[in-house]
Amino acid sequence: MIKSAALIPLFPLIGFIINGFFGKKLSKGLSGTIASLSIFASFVVSVGVFMELQGLAQKENVVNVFSWINSDTLKIPFEFLVDPLSTVFLLIITGIGFLIHIYSIGYMHDDEGFARFFTYLNLFVFFMLLLVLGNNFLITFVGWEGVGLCSYLLIGFWFKNTAYNNAAKKAFVMNRIGDLGFLLGIILIFVTYGSITYTEVFRNASLGSSSTVTAIALLLFIGAMGKSAQLPLYTWLPDAMAGPTPVSALIHAATMVTAGIFMVVRSNVFYSMSHVASDTVAVVGVVTALFAATIGVFQTDIKKILAYSTVSQLGLMFLGLGVGAYSSAVFHVTTHAFFKALLFLGAGSVIHAMGGEQDIRKMGGLKGKIKITFVTMLIGTIAISGIFPFSGFFSKDEILAHTYDHSPLLWLLGMLASMLTAFYMFRLLFLTFYGKFRGTHEQEHHLHESPSSMTIPLIVLAILSVVGGVLGLPEFWHMPNWMHNNLEQVILRPNYSTLSHATEWTLMTLAVCGALAVIYFTYLMFMKYKVKPADNEEQLRPWQRLIYKKYYVDEFYDFVIRKPLDGISNVFYKFFDKEIIDGLVNGVGAAVKGMGSGVRYLQSGNIGFYVMSMTLGVVFIILLTFLYK
Amino acid sequence: MINGIKIDMYLLLSTVLFIIGAIGVMARRNTIILFMCIELMLNAVNLLLVAFSVLHKDASGQVFVFFIMAVAAAEVAVGLAILTMIYRNIKSIDTDLLGNLKN
Repeated sequence: MIKSAALIPLFPLIGFIINGFFGKKLSKGLSGTIASLSIFASFVVSVGVFMELQGLAQKENVVNVFSWINSDTLKIPFEFLVDPLSTVFLLIITGIGFLIHIYSIGYMHDDEGFARFFTYLNLFVFFMLLLVLGNNFLITFVGWEGVGLCSYLLIGFWFKNTAYNNAAKKAFVMNRIGDLGFLLGIILIFVTYGSITYTEVFRNASLGSSSTVTAIALLLFIGAMGKSAQLPLYTWLPDAMAGPTPVSALIHAATMVTAGIFMVVRSNVFYSMSHVASDTVAVVGVVTALFAATIGVFQTDIKKILAYSTVSQLGLMFLGLGVGAYSSAVFHVTTHAFFKALLFLGAGSVIHAMGGEQDIRKMGGLKGKIKITFVTMLIGTIAISGIFPFSGFFSKDEILAHTYDHSPLLWLLGMLASMLTAFYMFRLLFLTFYGKFRGTHEQEHHLHESPSSMTIPLIVLAILSVVGGVLGLPEFWHMPNWMHNNLEQVILRPNYSTLSHATEWTLMTLAVCGALAVIYFTYLMFMKYKVKPADNEEQLRPWQRLIYKKYYVDEFYDFVIRKPLDGISNVFYKFFDKEIIDGLVNGVGAAVKGMGSGVRYLQSGNIGFYVMSMTLGVVFIILLTFLYK
Repeated sequence: MINGIKIDMYLLLSTVLFIIGAIGVMARRNTIILFMCIELMLNAVNLLLVAFSVLHKDASGQVFVFFIMAVAAAEVAVGLAILTMIYRNIKSIDTDLLGNLKN
């Protein structure tokens, strides 16, 4: 099965081609089924590949697809690397992708761009699979760029709305800024090691000088910052909520944004070798986590809260990567994919029930009306808050424990971010599902549970969020940590925890108690004392308004980057383009016109003049003949 | 020396006639005069050809003159036909009025 790993990205590609060319002619049911089946087929093959890999001792399997770039000094074959890391990601992408495809059949049911949606979704899955399967940095980069493209297409899916288009452009441009760093990193790798194939580069990693390795690691991390929405390249993610909710679930929660994590784990040897780089990663991660969590506290749009939550959780994952807890980060990627996709899909279900309303101030008391959505979202919220025994508890705790080992200060900041997470997630839950309904009368009548195509994925993801923790049970409980053992051969310089059992127990208890305390506080605030979010900005106090306005970061970027760029491009337009280049082109035209107006007097219409010029010409030629004898 | 007159004289006469004809074609507006000048040029050439033919005692020159005369006659016929058409169109034979292709 490993030999046929090339089939995995092939199925979504076929789905893309069929839906792309014939989508309009197919019925909606058929179009959605083809798209979902292609992902399911990939999932089946992924499971087969995964099972086969578990049985093998040699974990590094290269599958050659075709010979791609073949010149004298540069040979880059199109190969896939099937190893523990890529198989885990394969399962996440195809599994959750499949569930979201099923969900989309219900969610996008009334949309006329139905086939186009599935075309883009399939294309996205194709590129994401390329990203994780590639055996060299170039294929990963192709997948990287491709998912950026699909993200643009899907965010701006309802392209008739200019604001959505702007959000899509913002996402793409910010991604590209990160990609510059990524590309420079790849070039530096090639220059230093003479190859960009993973197997070759990582084996020879120590041949590079310390400063080169640091530079490579930092440049690659810049790429990850753009793709995975870390400070300062994170502002595109909240705006990306303009896309349909399944898009937010798939791309901006479970898969594309985890590409940065994947890439850092893949290149873990560089980060293990360079303390500067891994410390940078950890600090950026934890600051992002805390920063985004504070913004999430004041948001009132259900999807924006989840968006900031994603940025914050990604920050936690990068914190884990920065302290060397690579398998913990991958574990958190997995559990996060479960509960964040669940939360987004649940939010979509809520929005569907509310007839398109996304403001939680207009919701309330929905738990009786949309029971399945409520229960699954409750599960998701508990999971993300890190309450035992749900999956989020295990993965988050692992990261925090490794962080404490590295630096107690970072641990404290991580804890703060986690507690804020619990706060704003339960705030979302209480305001949406409990209390009295605060919307309009028509909305109240419209409230209904979503069709089973939408609720079944919710239920599946809820089950996964509950039991997902078994993938990485803590070692000090004398339980097997499957994820850690699985990724052993991929992490080239592991650092093991030096904490005593007592410390680990303390940290774990602190985390759970902290979360429970925050949840109780939130309960008091929103349920007992019925605090409501302000109806409009004027009611906020200055510090609250600062955070509600997202610390004015967008406005800052506008002022510092966009305005100078606009100014420069204005100069280029008014001066260079209009005056110099247009002047040149118009000048040529004017010159021809001038010459023409001079020459045109030769055509006087006077026959005598013509005969005279003829005669003079002949005389001239004869004279010349005699002169040049 | 032909009949006691130097060949230069024939050359000169022929040239003068040709130039008169050429200038006439360039400068005259009346179409009939234009045709006459063209004929003048042709006949100047005829004269020269015959003179040299007698000088070199070669008959080819005079044979060529026959050809030229035949062609001149045909050309006059065509030319007068064109003149008639022009007159029908602009009721005049002034070539200055034929300026529709101007600028």
